[in-house]
Amino acid sequence: MATVSVPAERPKGVLRRPSATSGFWAWFTTVDHKKIGILYGITAFAFFLIGGTEALLIRVQLARPDQEILNPAVYNEIFTMHGVTMVFLVVMPLSAAFFNYLLPLMIGARDVAFPRLNAFSYWAFLFAGIFIYSSWFLGGAPNGGWFGYAPNSVVDPTRGMTFYAIGLLIAGIASTVSAFNLAVTIINMRAPGMTLFRMPVFVWMGLVVQMLLAFSLPVITIGLVELLFDRLYGTHFFDPATGGNPVLWQHLFWLFGHPEVYILILPAMGIVSEILPVFSRKPLFGYQFVVFSGIAIGFIGFGVWAHHMFAVGLGPVANTAFGVSTMIIAIPTGVKIFNWMGTMWNGDLRFTTPMLFAVGFIAMFVIGGLSGVTHAIVPSDYQQTDTYYIVAHFHYVLFGGAILGLFGGMYYWWPKVFGRMLSETVGKVVFWLMLIGFNLTFGPMHVLGLQGMPRRIQSYPDSLGLSFWNLVSTIGAFTIAVSVLIFLVSAIASFRRPKEMVADPWDARTIEWLTSSPPPEHNFDEIPVVHSLDELWHRKYAETEGGRVVPVAAGGSGEPAHDPADGHEADGHGGGHGIHLPGPSYFPLIAALGLPVLGYGLMFGIGYVIAGLVITLAGVFGWILEPSAE
Amino acid sequence: MRSKTLLGLSALAVVAAACAPNASQSALEPAGPYAQEPHNLFVFVFWVAAAIFVLVEGMLLVFAIRYRHRKDRTRIPAQVHGNTRLEVAWTILPTLILAGVAVPTVATIWDLAAEPEGDVLEVNVLGHQWWWEFDYPEQGIVTANELHIPTGRPVFLTLCAAGFGYGEEDPSAPGPPAPSDCQPGPPEGLPPAGIGASVVHSFWVPELAGTQDVVPGQTNHLTIQADEPGVYEGQCKEFCGLSHAYMKHVVVAHTPEDFDRWVADQQADAAVPEPGTDAVAGAAIFVNQCTQCHAIEGLQDENGEPVAGNNGGPNLTHLMSRECFRGCTLPLNDGNLRAWLEDPREIEAGSFMPDYGLSPEELDQMVAFLNTLE
Repeated sequence: MATVSVPAERPKGVLRRPSATSGFWAWFTTVDHKKIGILYGITAFAFFLIGGTEALLIRVQLARPDQEILNPAVYNEIFTMHGVTMVFLVVMPLSAAFFNYLLPLMIGARDVAFPRLNAFSYWAFLFAGIFIYSSWFLGGAPNGGWFGYAPNSVVDPTRGMTFYAIGLLIAGIASTVSAFNLAVTIINMRAPGMTLFRMPVFVWMGLVVQMLLAFSLPVITIGLVELLFDRLYGTHFFDPATGGNPVLWQHLFWLFGHPEVYILILPAMGIVSEILPVFSRKPLFGYQFVVFSGIAIGFIGFGVWAHHMFAVGLGPVANTAFGVSTMIIAIPTGVKIFNWMGTMWNGDLRFTTPMLFAVGFIAMFVIGGLSGVTHAIVPSDYQQTDTYYIVAHFHYVLFGGAILGLFGGMYYWWPKVFGRMLSETVGKVVFWLMLIGFNLTFGPMHVLGLQGMPRRIQSYPDSLGLSFWNLVSTIGAFTIAVSVLIFLVSAIASFRRPKEMVADPWDARTIEWLTSSPPPEHNFDEIPVVHSLDELWHRKYAETEGGRVVPVAAGGSGEPAHDPADGHEADGHGGGHGIHLPGPSYFPLIAALGLPVLGYGLMFGIGYVIAGLVITLAGVFGWILEPSAE
Repeated sequence: MRSKTLLGLSALAVVAAACAPNASQSALEPAGPYAQEPHNLFVFVFWVAAAIFVLVEGMLLVFAIRYRHRKDRTRIPAQVHGNTRLEVAWTILPTLILAGVAVPTVATIWDLAAEPEGDVLEVNVLGHQWWWEFDYPEQGIVTANELHIPTGRPVFLTLCAAGFGYGEEDPSAPGPPAPSDCQPGPPEGLPPAGIGASVVHSFWVPELAGTQDVVPGQTNHLTIQADEPGVYEGQCKEFCGLSHAYMKHVVVAHTPEDFDRWVADQQADAAVPEPGTDAVAGAAIFVNQCTQCHAIEGLQDENGEPVAGNNGGPNLTHLMSRECFRGCTLPLNDGNLRAWLEDPREIEAGSFMPDYGLSPEELDQMVAFLNTLE
């Protein structure tokens, strides 16, 4: 798509500055965080459908014992791509979609700190995804598992793991750039009065996630570069015969890989922390505790990686240390669960679709958390590691947790983003189908793992007694697929409704609901001045002396009296005229386009390397020379 | 509703786990002390977790019902922002529970890591792509896919990854017998034994012990012990390439007397095929084509001279004493053997044994010869 059309639009060296902010082409040049958020969301959802199809293929293959529907070579590609897709191309970018769209709105900013860099992140992510998937046609898809353990990932004769290494490096560039961009945005661009401890929990979790990304991505980058060099240039980082060490890869991978787990789950925790108070009509119980436990999870998340490696033979000292640190991380996680339930306690719970997903998140995450504690019991993990028990565990965390949370977020913010509601009736059907399907799919995997079914096997004999629960699991997977399809139809159908959404359809508490739905390009006609946590709620409701909460009259004293000393912006009036916004640009897309070309060059010849470098450098130079706005 | 479904499901899961049919590779049925210890811990933690599960999901359910919105309700709930005492309590309480779980956990970690003392059988386990080699250094036995052990005696396993480092130019070059330790690099400048690549595997017989990874360049150990005679299934757990799913093995536990008999049988040389049979022609093919990768103790060429083989592939001296091949996922019988010899890669994806293009007659001769290896 973009990859084909853009070079055609290049006259000699200079690009005419695009000016359209609406219409088809505007999507390729946009630097608006809201449009970029939507692009992230659509792309991630497309990959979700692809990764889900791969999951269905896995389940079809494993539905019965001794099946040969997929041969081992294809099966290994499918399960690897399922993992790579869901982690790097679905949950991470879907979270990025929420961050991009919502963080500036929630902190009362007009855009992110570096809008063009934001566009670059998106394009680099998209091209990374396309690059990895192009492997199916160019010499075999990655087949060494998403964890890519060396030396197996090095000796494999297909090109798959080279695509894996380069693709993830490109995706890593996208994530690193985005992490700094969003962190700077949160730290520097908050509206007047929005102190750190008036930020919504979702913004806090966003900040923690960006920090996790900034510190963990360099580690996997080193690992991937070493893997790439071993594969392409004959180095021996992971070959013990020449002084290398295969365990080095495992450390590098999991030192990234475990923080990554929190990169995937913390956004959903943030979403749930926004949804629960709104539909309980109560503030989040113990806001500070929830924030600090999120930060604690982020910190401790860097000290538990070797619990993926208890069976490697690191010795009893290391296993003890990492077993105990893994138990410790359960404490802040438990705190969050109890605080969410404290939020529901004595509330006025309205079970809308977002609320159902949020409560479903808690119920499922508890199961994933408890099975997680059994892995910290190191000797017990000796049995469970690399079995379907682990597959069950992390799907309860990443599907029952992250995906349910993200779906809740989609239902919650859909009216804000698109100005239309998703059908609540259909939404409830989607939720219950998904919840039932999910438990049918992954619940039995606990049993399968304990009964001795290892992961990543393409076939199993009937004699092991694994056949029944595998069939149940496959039926569950198709139930999930039906629920996702219903969601998809419902999402498309929502665009046939009239676009007439009030600013605050849920009676929400945070300031993104202050502006129109969808928000104008400049977000807020007038940058809100923030006086408290749950600013919007306090503008709508007041507490009497007896502790009763009463609505304040519309347009009345609910709007906190404007203190001239707050210095709210005067230039915001009149529908945003005169507001300085960065202009659209081709250059982020061009700069990102060079990266996959360079990547192909590492496999297919120096010419592509040079072409890729030229494209990226041209993009960067054009970018530098172009004023951010005209 | 939701939580009820959940409770029902998890209760179902527990029941199902307890009475699964034919679970012959199950971590829930420990058959020796080294599996029993982790299992006891698991059961203990399972019930702690189950109690927390019931408590939390129960509370969630009660809250969801009790505080749901009612149509006649107009009053907005009190805006409670938190309760420090409560929050401190639910931080400390899980900490105490986890501390209670941590103590036996750490104790068991060290128990299991200790090297067994006294009357111990030592076996070297080599993970190949995609089969297991078992070397008994004291008994001088080399076998494949079936680990025979005596009951009631700890078996101390030394685990190594066999095969070539990925820097090797010629992975088909013959190698010496497998090194019994896992020092990085080939001994005395020779390539290590094994014709596949040297990759990470994981040795696992759930009924006898937890997992131990097999890591190239690293010497790992695992102790197993079976209390009762029987066959215990195991499987490579760490993804190790194309045919990872077909890398199983069994542990056969004998009474000590039966085990001694098995050892004596295995120590004997292979019988020389009787003159005039198909097996003689088969042996000749074997001497010509197979000894680069396979060894048969007592093998002779046409002139009666001893022929040394290599242990890059499975040692075949007493092939037919085994029940299974291809990582113990195929029954060892004439039909399967013939199919294997006809085209190994048809039977095992990515097999390191090439198709030698044997004619039907030669296939018959080979099967006849292999059948003499009892």
